[in-house]
Amino acid sequence: MATTDINASGLRQDERMERLKLFGLASPALLLVLVILVIPVGWLFYVSFVGADGSFSLENYERMIERKSYARIFQTTFEVSILTTGLCILIGYPLAYFMSQLPQRLANLCLLAVLLPFWTSLLVRTYAWLVLLQKQGLVNNWAISLGLWDEPLKMVHNLNGTLIGMVHIMLPFLILPTYGAMKAIDRDYLKAASNLGASPRRAFWTVFFPLSTPGLFAGSLMVFVLCLGFFVTPAILGGGRVILVSMKIVSNIELFVNWGAASALGVVLLAMTIVVLWVASRFLNLDQMTGGGH
Amino acid sequence: MSDTNKDALPITVRNVTKTYGDVYALDDVSLDVKSGEFLTLLGPSGSGKTTLLMVLAGFTRPDRGSLKFGDEEMIRKPPHLRDVGMVFQNYALFPHMTVEGNVGYPLRLRGVSKQDVATRVERALDTVQLGGYGGRRITELSGGQKQRVALARSIVFEPRILLMDEPLSALDKKLRDRMQIELRHLHEQLGMTTVYVTHDQREALTMSDRVAVVNHGRIMQLAGPQELYDRPENKFVADFIGDSNFLSVTREGGTLTAGGVKLRTSRNVPEGDSLALMLRPERIHLLEDAADDETNVFDAKVTEVVYQGESFLLYAKLSDGSEVAVRGAIRADTFAGLPRAGAPVRLGLAAADTVIIADREG
Repeated sequence: MATTDINASGLRQDERMERLKLFGLASPALLLVLVILVIPVGWLFYVSFVGADGSFSLENYERMIERKSYARIFQTTFEVSILTTGLCILIGYPLAYFMSQLPQRLANLCLLAVLLPFWTSLLVRTYAWLVLLQKQGLVNNWAISLGLWDEPLKMVHNLNGTLIGMVHIMLPFLILPTYGAMKAIDRDYLKAASNLGASPRRAFWTVFFPLSTPGLFAGSLMVFVLCLGFFVTPAILGGGRVILVSMKIVSNIELFVNWGAASALGVVLLAMTIVVLWVASRFLNLDQMTGGGH
Repeated sequence: MSDTNKDALPITVRNVTKTYGDVYALDDVSLDVKSGEFLTLLGPSGSGKTTLLMVLAGFTRPDRGSLKFGDEEMIRKPPHLRDVGMVFQNYALFPHMTVEGNVGYPLRLRGVSKQDVATRVERALDTVQLGGYGGRRITELSGGQKQRVALARSIVFEPRILLMDEPLSALDKKLRDRMQIELRHLHEQLGMTTVYVTHDQREALTMSDRVAVVNHGRIMQLAGPQELYDRPENKFVADFIGDSNFLSVTREGGTLTAGGVKLRTSRNVPEGDSLALMLRPERIHLLEDAADDETNVFDAKVTEVVYQGESFLLYAKLSDGSEVAVRGAIRADTFAGLPRAGAPVRLGLAAADTVIIADREG
């Protein structure tokens, strides 16, 4: 067939042009990522392998292994992240479920209430907790005057304060994907379960919960990963008693002006985050984190 | 499974009313479904047919009324205790379970032993001709296969009542036609009392023992398919089932006139002065010779002839301006011999096919 090639090269060229244009649209963002992410991270990586005398050295990493305090910091970071994630699930899942069952108009209102803190400065929210939770703060004063407890409780500058603040900041990251997954569950599934003989409780655990877990996992992963590198809130509400990796990085730079040590910590934290994401991605579809398809 | 017939239950619906604001979704509906019967609720969308089915399943709580399965009052019973099978319009198969997981689900809820679940699931899948599909994921199934799995899941626990909510509406026409016959056979085999909802009148006529035509939350007529088609009780039923044209009928003493023609009919004529003549296109024929005494003859002029493959549809205008359609079979070359637009024709309607109904909607 002599005519099979008719217009073929022209059509191929059109296809190429289209792809090129699409790439052109993405290039500003790609450039930005290169400048503010790839280059600095690369530089950090490089600095972490430079010793005090300016030559290539593993001393920054060796220090992390030798000193017990570093292991404790990593342990605290993981513990706080796990606790925060767990508390977010305990508070966020029932709330997301409640919202998913509301009529759309009310649900939107609730969604707004969940999102509202997002639009408020992180610093403002964190200091607000300080005002509320400190020794002479609103919560203690009210509770004592109501007779709930006699002595002011220590709710800030310790693990309690850190967790309260972090859970508050992180909740929307858990609620949104969970709510999204729940809204996508066809109500007929629950009707079918009920019709087939499942009590409301059975229907929830055998049908609704399993179908909502992709959203719950995605939200939990998001919260956990964000917690690993969280600085502002735990720094202020922890009062120096709960030391996370991010704080150690800051003190290495501000107190000891040791960029190499700080960079090495940053690299390890990044590596751990990547490992967590990689392990998680083997069990669930990461599209869910952005509310993407099933 | 073939002798579950004796276990089928009759359904008794009494004075069930359901309102949404000012709108009556169900308006004092009473209905008897006989034990083992295949009854179809047929009506346009928004007629209340689905609401009635949801009341039977327990998903819609009516304002008042009574519902009995056998002798047992069910109206306040929650859905999971009603023990009725149901096939949903979109199948509602659980996407996180396999075919086996779905079909076995009602059995596991009932505490059936693992081994019995396996055998009964396999038997149910065999019944719907999906033997060996147990391990498949729901997403791997075609529309027709999903339909069958949904059916298997609804019959596997041997409910005595089966409800179906437009189960074939998502299938293409060929598959739908085949499934209609299969469902019919399945019903004969299992014998459970079946209530089927559809808006497709042909489907209703094909499958049902009896059809309840529903409109505005009321049952307009409850009858077997033939009677429904042949002797509609009111204009809504006559219009909804099959194609029809209507001519208004005037009554003077004992004489009935429509389209300028004095009507002969061998049918019963309802009381009252407001009457209409129902003209089914396939019951009218084109007259070539003189008509006999038993035929009403209308003079008309052809306005359009449409070729539809197995049949033609000829539109004609009577002398008083009303339009009438005539349908006839096409055999070799007969289409070419039909009169063209503008040609005068004589339309014959046998006295036995001259159906006069009350000219009211309800």
